[in-house]
Amino acid sequence: MEYEIVIGMEIHIELGTKTKIFCSCPTEFGQDENTHTCPVCLGMPGVLPVLNEKVVEYATRAGLALNCEIAHFSKMDRKNYFYPDLPKAYQTSQFDLPICTGGVVGIEVDGVKKDIGITRIHIEEDAGKLLHESADGTLLDVNRCGVPLIEIVTEPDLRSAEEARAFAEKVRNILEYTGVSDCKMEQGSMRFDVNLSIREKGSEVLGTRTEMKNLNSFRALIRAVQYESKRQIIELKKGHTIIQETRKWDDTKGTSSSLRSKEEAHDYRYFPEPDLVPIVLEPAYIEKIKSELPELPEAKKQRYIDEYKLPEYDAGVLTTTGVTARFFEDAVALYNEPKQISNWMMVEIPPLLKENEVSMENISITPAQLVELLKLVKNNEISGNTGKEVLKEMFSTGKNPGDIVKEKGLAQMSDTGELEAIIEKIVSDNPKSVEDIGAGNEKAYGFLTGQVMKATKGKANAQVANEIIRAVVAKHLA
Amino acid sequence: MELYQKTIHEINDLLDKKEVTVTDVTQAVVNRINAVEKATDAYLSLQTEAALEAAQGLDAELSGRAKRTSLEGIPYGLKDNMCTKGILTTCASKMLYNFNPPYNAEVYDRLSEEGGILLGKTNMDEFAMGSSTENSAYKKTRNPWDLNKVPGGSSGGSAVAVAADTAFYTLGSDTGGSIRQPASFCGVVGMKPTYGLVSRYGLVAFASSLDQIGPFTKDVEDCALVLNAIVGHDAKDSTSLNLEKTDYTQTLKQGVKGLKIGVAKEFFGEGLQPEVRKSLEDAIAIYKTLGASIVDVSFQHLDYALSAYYMISSAEASSNLARYDGIRYGFRAEEYSDLVDLYKKTRSQGFGDEVKRRIMLGTYALSSGYYDAYYKKAMQVRTIIKADFDQVFGGCDVLLTPTAPTTAFGIGEKTSNPLEMYLTDIYTVPVNIAGIPGVSIPCGLDNNGMPIGMQLLGPILSEETLLKTAWAFEHESGLTNLKAPLGTEV
Repeated sequence: MEYEIVIGMEIHIELGTKTKIFCSCPTEFGQDENTHTCPVCLGMPGVLPVLNEKVVEYATRAGLALNCEIAHFSKMDRKNYFYPDLPKAYQTSQFDLPICTGGVVGIEVDGVKKDIGITRIHIEEDAGKLLHESADGTLLDVNRCGVPLIEIVTEPDLRSAEEARAFAEKVRNILEYTGVSDCKMEQGSMRFDVNLSIREKGSEVLGTRTEMKNLNSFRALIRAVQYESKRQIIELKKGHTIIQETRKWDDTKGTSSSLRSKEEAHDYRYFPEPDLVPIVLEPAYIEKIKSELPELPEAKKQRYIDEYKLPEYDAGVLTTTGVTARFFEDAVALYNEPKQISNWMMVEIPPLLKENEVSMENISITPAQLVELLKLVKNNEISGNTGKEVLKEMFSTGKNPGDIVKEKGLAQMSDTGELEAIIEKIVSDNPKSVEDIGAGNEKAYGFLTGQVMKATKGKANAQVANEIIRAVVAKHLA
Repeated sequence: MELYQKTIHEINDLLDKKEVTVTDVTQAVVNRINAVEKATDAYLSLQTEAALEAAQGLDAELSGRAKRTSLEGIPYGLKDNMCTKGILTTCASKMLYNFNPPYNAEVYDRLSEEGGILLGKTNMDEFAMGSSTENSAYKKTRNPWDLNKVPGGSSGGSAVAVAADTAFYTLGSDTGGSIRQPASFCGVVGMKPTYGLVSRYGLVAFASSLDQIGPFTKDVEDCALVLNAIVGHDAKDSTSLNLEKTDYTQTLKQGVKGLKIGVAKEFFGEGLQPEVRKSLEDAIAIYKTLGASIVDVSFQHLDYALSAYYMISSAEASSNLARYDGIRYGFRAEEYSDLVDLYKKTRSQGFGDEVKRRIMLGTYALSSGYYDAYYKKAMQVRTIIKADFDQVFGGCDVLLTPTAPTTAFGIGEKTSNPLEMYLTDIYTVPVNIAGIPGVSIPCGLDNNGMPIGMQLLGPILSEETLLKTAWAFEHESGLTNLKAPLGTEV
């Protein structure tokens, strides 16, 4: 029997607002424990929430970017459960009337395009963090309490780990573009829950699903989906039934285990939050946010193909993040060689970023500096290889390429007189090579070129040097 | 008349004429507290020394100043569910026995700004759940008209402090009648303003969609003065109404000529004490002589109000009180084996029976599978009750009802029967359900000399009309600043 994996995702994204959802505490990540707190986010008796308008704006923007309908009337609800990281013992969220419904995101896996439906997006608050590793027992950090989140819930439209990943990446890409979140997975700004079930291929009926919570990286997402789909298929093949349950993914072990069954599932006792008024959005407000949306990745990619004549692949890579796209566009504005710029941005820069664990956002090279470097290469002032060396230096020092070339004396030798003298000497010193060439072994040219480069410390203009070598060898053979 | 027996506006006259100092006034009320508080037990905690100190400071300041605001230097009390920075705020619960809020309730900030002098925090039913103040974890407050009777609740301490002259005014909170019913039992004026008129910030929540802060005073004019100080938009409370400031004393004495006062038979039903009925009939007669017209009105669905109230208030309470888990502040059980055990023991030991009863009731009403039948149904009833009031106020300006079916009952009389206790709120809860304002004023005494309360209700934001109507009766009947037979030393 052939099986089909059916996946629906829930993606939690921390919004990049300066302050929390219901109080004016900062949302900044990585601060000392319990320094960004106040009576409101601590859930003290008698305090009241006030909804941060930016949260509504960002959620609206996210919804529009993901092709959702924005509700003119939505409301906040309380989701009740006890846990020490939840000071009020309820999470203020949205239940039956979320701010966004019915969106769609296009993905592409192995050249196959597909639309993934978005059921809804709702606004909610994040919980705090429990620190279990302390010698004093479990400690509570409330800084994250009240950091605004949106939860994106998809239709069960995904069919593989690769599709799940492509979808997650696409969402990250779009939201990062719209500026509603930095989507930094390592800081927990983007987290995935996966609902997964298996059914016989061709069946219209959904199988029993399990839910896996809090996957914090694309790697964890892929591995969790692969593991869970395999586990369920094995169970089914054994003739077992799948138990509806919440499972916990252990990323270190690469396995999942049951957290709680359907029977043990919380009854959240949702009801409308009486301390907040409904969110009523005028059509004009929604239109305004729509008109202010930046060009989204899809449109940008198409424009790069049309306007800059870039291959689809290049256009796709360059539009992966807003930061990369902005860098590219700034560079092209200064130097109308899109393909050249694209090549360097796609081939030379990524390894530097990876090696030094720097993100494109924090790169020390400016678009203007990259353009300057490209012009030096184009004008034969330095070779391509030297250019790569200069780029490394720019990356680590932030210096201008021209200054680096000057300082290190890297300018290319194109002066034929000077080169002729050096080549004359090398050819004279290597009669064996000349002999080989005479015997028809063209490879010996390569050796001679290498010697020239060695003698000039790579500064010789390779094309000029080759012409001279041929002339001098010809003279010697004559 | 002793200084402590006077109303705010009488004290204002004396202070403005510099015939007395704030210290004189404060000392007088502190002496009164020292004399009778042990008999009435209105307060959970007292700030008398700080009050006297503040009074002296204010006197020094006022000596160089011509004008003072109308609550400046007037000593008052706050129900112990309003947060006061650095001053214990217990909600009369063991759960918050040691809770010192690091912030103030908005009303406390406003009264401080007005130059009010806080005397102490008053007793109440635990977390404002109850109708007799017997659910306090700390003490039983006694009715100054008969020390063997309850003061009503949940704001019993606040009502008694005013009735026993141990404060010139107090604030209470009213979720289903918790200001009006004790005001009625203790023979003072008590008002629940329109929902959203007074900020709830820093009022420890019982049922967020019903809770409203309001004043207890010795007469209607004082009620207007206190209302002036506490009403106003607060950005910290999303349900706070943003309206232009009103001076409630402006229209107070305009009279009721031409006013249509509605009387509904649904408020004069079974269980109404005959003297209460008689007293109300007398009040109606007085209004007629004052030129008001009395009209018969009727409700379609009022019978369901009490049930809906207990569903909604308990549901909200079950969520509002979930934060008392022993993790961050307040009471924590001493011994526990794990997290769940910590929760269970803390909440079992920290809450009293009535609070636990409501939490269980509310949790049940919100549970999956019961939500539609209980909470949702109750919310639908709420909509219908609101419509009922809209329809009634289409035919009259003010509705006149008894505040409670009976006068104050005996201490311990209803504690074993929660349902009977709940029925004492039958005439007050529909008001909270509809979010409209209501005021209770004394309208007579029963055969045992216990005060009877009359409730005046009006549509949303009709406070001026209500106060005007109340003042006219008070003025004509002379039932004002009533003195309980408490003596000068108990």
